[in-house]
Amino acid sequence: MSTLPAPVIPTTPAARFRYAVADGWVVARRYLTHWVQEPGRIVAGLVFPGMMVLLFGYVFGSAMQVPGGGNYREFLMPGLFAMTMAMGIAVTVTAVVSDTSRGITDRFRSLPMARSAVVTGRSIADMVNSLLDLVVLLLCGLLVGWQWHNGPGSALAAVGLLLLLRFALVWVGIYLGLILPSPEAVTVVLAPVYPLTMIANTFVSPQQMPSWLGTLAEWNPLSATVTATRELFGNAGPAAGGSWVAENAMLMAVVWPAVLIAVFLPLSVRRYRRLSH
Amino acid sequence: MSGTPHAVLAEGLRKTYGPTRALDGFDLAVPEGTVCGLLGPNGAGKTTAVRILATLLRADGGRATVAGFDVTRQAEQVRYRIGLTGQYAAVDDALTGVQNLQMFGRLFHLSKAAARARAEELLDRFGLTGAAHRKAGTYSGGMKRRLDLAAGLVLAPRVLFLDEPTTGLDPRNRNEVWSVVRSLVAGGTTVLLTTQYLDEADQLADRIAVMDAGRVIAEGTPAELKARIGGDQVDVVLRDATHLSEVAALLSRVTDGTPETDEDGFRVSAPVTGRAAALTGILRALDTAGIEVEDVAVRRPTLDEVFLRLTGRPTDEVTA
Repeated sequence: MSTLPAPVIPTTPAARFRYAVADGWVVARRYLTHWVQEPGRIVAGLVFPGMMVLLFGYVFGSAMQVPGGGNYREFLMPGLFAMTMAMGIAVTVTAVVSDTSRGITDRFRSLPMARSAVVTGRSIADMVNSLLDLVVLLLCGLLVGWQWHNGPGSALAAVGLLLLLRFALVWVGIYLGLILPSPEAVTVVLAPVYPLTMIANTFVSPQQMPSWLGTLAEWNPLSATVTATRELFGNAGPAAGGSWVAENAMLMAVVWPAVLIAVFLPLSVRRYRRLSH
Repeated sequence: MSGTPHAVLAEGLRKTYGPTRALDGFDLAVPEGTVCGLLGPNGAGKTTAVRILATLLRADGGRATVAGFDVTRQAEQVRYRIGLTGQYAAVDDALTGVQNLQMFGRLFHLSKAAARARAEELLDRFGLTGAAHRKAGTYSGGMKRRLDLAAGLVLAPRVLFLDEPTTGLDPRNRNEVWSVVRSLVAGGTTVLLTTQYLDEADQLADRIAVMDAGRVIAEGTPAELKARIGGDQVDVVLRDATHLSEVAALLSRVTDGTPETDEDGFRVSAPVTGRAAALTGILRALDTAGIEVEDVAVRRPTLDEVFLRLTGRPTDEVTA
């Protein structure tokens, strides 16, 4: 055995924090390497929203009416941005369950790494990936004639709101990943995600739905983000005069994710700790 | 801490899952530099014991130290000194061999350069240098297990936990893993190995602890344990069932253990001491009684038989 450097055991809070950041980055790099080595995954992840642009922008789009008038594709794109962020939860859940069921989570837990690194690494990787998804989709939007009208500041704020939604869903995803027993269960749990992204103002205005469904759609957290990003991008949206949630979309686009994070971040941490019980 | 004579010391560990007592007063002492085989059927509590000792699981009661540190209160100190290889090859299939080991090195807080050097050294030692830049997902079962073992050895641990390291491997790959374990032990590592296979414990372990229902029910060197259950086993196989009870009676007279009858296989088995003498005695008795046999053979006892002798019931009753 050659000379093996003795490991440094962090003792001060500052050293612990440094290690927590470093360990989180090592774990994040692991996932990012996956994407670099299997670019097919990124392509597959983008084919779906691309199809949606074609399908809703051109096939159904000709029959769609935007309340108050306006270009349907301008109306559609913010919906697709938010939908892509929401569908990202599948990536998180699948990755967490696969690590747990294959003993990799246990191996990490047997190492002297920071306890938080497994989850922070996961969320860093997911956020990097989502940002890439979003950039590609924004470019897609520009190609089909969508654009922002309120300047780069508001556009960046809209991107921020979309990423905030994704960040909230990372924690929902990590929690679900930790409680699901097997990769098979993931399919079942994720099945309702797709329809749930449509019972919202993603593709049509809730005002055009039956009133009970419209109310449900307006209260869907996704709708708040979609309305808020439409406003920030300056894209056509429903005329004013909707319900309270619709009127306060900007506020709710922050409140909904904040509530999800406040609930699921501690739940995930608790669940991760309880793996040792 | 170096004065501690035991690398692993467990006293009265308890762990319950709902109504199930996974561990029920588990005691174990493994001296430094030795290999302890934890033997028992599925559900005996072997994995639970290893998970508690490797700081993955918290015991409900009792105490344990590994490399001199308490597994609950000094878990981080323990984690710097152990390696764990579980029932799965817990490596990342999408990363290459060298990427896997570098990642684990970094998580042990080695510097980038040290992690890289250590990864290359381990790959070389485990005969994986040629596959260093291939994704682990393309490795054979045996290569993957070796990579998994290497990942557990990044910091040259004082204590290595191997939870059923050869389950699901073919004999050739099993031999590969065994030879790696032997070389580690030669280097002074203490190994706690769980297995369902008596021959595996026999091959590798200095001492064996037999587990049942969450506790150690017998402990000793392989030779001691075998002597305790009567050493070898003789099988007399008949052509049909007519003389089964006669042969059973005959065996209980000639050997000094209680024979077991397998009615479907037309077979009677009994423990014997002194292979040659026992065989001669049995053949003579059969000849005198005028019973024709299909086959008579002396063999090593199986785990099932060890278990049956120690607990009074077969392994599958425990598993069920």
